[in-house]
Amino acid sequence: MSNSAVTGNPATGNPAARHPAAGGSTVEATIARRRSEGGGALIGYLPVGFPTLSESIDAAVALADNGVDILELGLPYTDPVMDGPVIQAATQRALANGFRLRHGIEAVAAITAQVDVPVLVMTYWNPIVQYGVDRFADDLLAAGGAGLITPDLIPDDSADWVAASERTGLDRVFLAAPSSSDARLKQAVEASRGFVYAVSTMGITGARGDVDSAARILIDRLRAAGSTSACVGLGISTPEQVREILGYADGAIVGSALVKALSDGGVPAVAALARELAAGAREIRPAS
Amino acid sequence: MSSPLDSESLRAQAGPYFGEFGGRFVPESLVAALDELTSEYALARQDPAFAAELTELHRSYTGRPSIITEVPRFAAHAGGARIILKREDLNHTGSHKINNVLGQALLTKRIGKTRVIAETGAGQHGVATATAAALFGLDCVVYMGEVDTERQALNVARMRLLGAEVVSVTTGSRTLKDAINEAMRDWVTNVETTNYIFGTVAGPHPFPAMVRDFQKIIGEEARQQVLDLTGRLPDAVTACVGGGSNAMGIFHAFLDDPDVALYGYEAGGEGAETLRHAATITKGRPGILHGARSFLLQDEDGQTVESHSISAGLDYPGVGPEHSWLASIGRATYLPVTDAEAMSALRLLSRTEGIIPAIESAHALAGTLDLGKKLGPDATILVNLSGRGDKDMETAGRYFDLLDKGAEQL
Repeated sequence: MSNSAVTGNPATGNPAARHPAAGGSTVEATIARRRSEGGGALIGYLPVGFPTLSESIDAAVALADNGVDILELGLPYTDPVMDGPVIQAATQRALANGFRLRHGIEAVAAITAQVDVPVLVMTYWNPIVQYGVDRFADDLLAAGGAGLITPDLIPDDSADWVAASERTGLDRVFLAAPSSSDARLKQAVEASRGFVYAVSTMGITGARGDVDSAARILIDRLRAAGSTSACVGLGISTPEQVREILGYADGAIVGSALVKALSDGGVPAVAALARELAAGAREIRPAS
Repeated sequence: MSSPLDSESLRAQAGPYFGEFGGRFVPESLVAALDELTSEYALARQDPAFAAELTELHRSYTGRPSIITEVPRFAAHAGGARIILKREDLNHTGSHKINNVLGQALLTKRIGKTRVIAETGAGQHGVATATAAALFGLDCVVYMGEVDTERQALNVARMRLLGAEVVSVTTGSRTLKDAINEAMRDWVTNVETTNYIFGTVAGPHPFPAMVRDFQKIIGEEARQQVLDLTGRLPDAVTACVGGGSNAMGIFHAFLDDPDVALYGYEAGGEGAETLRHAATITKGRPGILHGARSFLLQDEDGQTVESHSISAGLDYPGVGPEHSWLASIGRATYLPVTDAEAMSALRLLSRTEGIIPAIESAHALAGTLDLGKKLGPDATILVNLSGRGDKDMETAGRYFDLLDKGAEQL
């Protein structure tokens, strides 16, 4: 593997340490640990480069320092079809400010140098194809990244990424939707490593008053398909929602609400919201 | 329906991949709907009642078959080559878009959904979808970039008159690309009740193959009409290419005729050598946009680059995957035509033949003027006149300064 182009300090040390052969997915291990403690994992999303590159790094570090278990760093993209208005506005601003893909790698390196939570990158697929799937996997690994969440890549069309992630040991998080057939859920469970991203409702990102009961049914179906690591995302914004979801799922993913907090009140506001959300993620059940 | 094709046939491509192009790069939430569309379409294709209903609509509603018109006074400006227009501009709603929309609207009824959505650039596909929704009693929402709602205001009014809701899209470049993003977001959210009537041969499988199948009637009719008129196949077939549905529609019947050259004319905007164009195959490279791998205007990081064309219908940074494949195997040639060349051809056809083409179609006419000079006076060229220019009168009026000073400028 190469250390190309990465200027940050990959302080997490030997990347091979996270290879499945040498201990498995740190994302999966983190989720399992939170479950065994009687709660579940809190996963926080923020886009790289919003409002600036350095503030986005500071905000991500603040999430980890305030109880977020796994970071999901979004790479801004011109055509984000899964994203609602809040994240669209943030990523468009990052692009207007000159976001480049290498900033994503730099941000991962800078964050993993400061905190030791796993860092996943959420990205639409074309930027990775243009960067080079293998090159991106190598650079992400060298920066200390844990893997990719791919909202517009389905297992059916993912041969390049499966090969690169097998080679590097990076996690592959595919999505599962309420509309997915049982066969497709099984395929998502088998293709994913780290966790399966269960889409709570039919729709796009953005806070919602109620998280659909469809999420609970979907998690049940994913369990039946063999999943031991299934996290729910889309529409989750409050500690109460986190607590409710972690009653049945392994992790809860919060995005737009954190982006809105960062937009409205900067790093202090995002840190405060992370603290509240993390309180919702603990001591839901007796520790096992 | 068409006879079985052997696997050597270039016409046998059914997706999801055309060579290395195509696929389904979409959120998982949409896969069930795409699977349903794929299987329902496969059943519909086998169903004689579906074919009969579509054929009857083509005959009694659209006005098919559309005629061909030979244009000798225009051809005199193209080195004397024989030029024949396929008159898709005479279809109900004014362009080829209705061919595809009626097919997909029938499919919507068959699947049992009650709401349709569509994206539109110039407004032609939106008008066709609003028309079919009115005819079949479906709810209809059309997404259109804010830039396009301004430059094609008449089509916005037409859609609303037909009962559709028109949503002006204010994100990104505020053109067709962003209208598609917004329509996809709607579809992800409302897929249970809603069918997405996609307007071109791009997007995820099954759209490229399905839309082509609904448009290939253009070439099937024209091939026979040209044979009847001239006793032989044309030397070349030309069409404008944005997403590429009218071009695939006329090319398809000729794919296995190796002596018939195929030319697609892309929007060269202010010049393919500038940054302001929509010449996707000429200047782009393979990438993924709107669910398919195809040629794409993008920067080094894979961010989509904004396109530019005077024609809203060609102002798109992507192109259908089958065109990328035809370009890659050398079966079709794609060349840029500038705004100025297209507008000049638009005026020339109007003055010499009394036919006002859409600005989109004028790109094909401009390319054909050049091609005719190259092929010489013995050549016959079939041009897909994909739409009429009524919707473009405001743009043309401004461009040629016709609005204030009136006819004396002519």
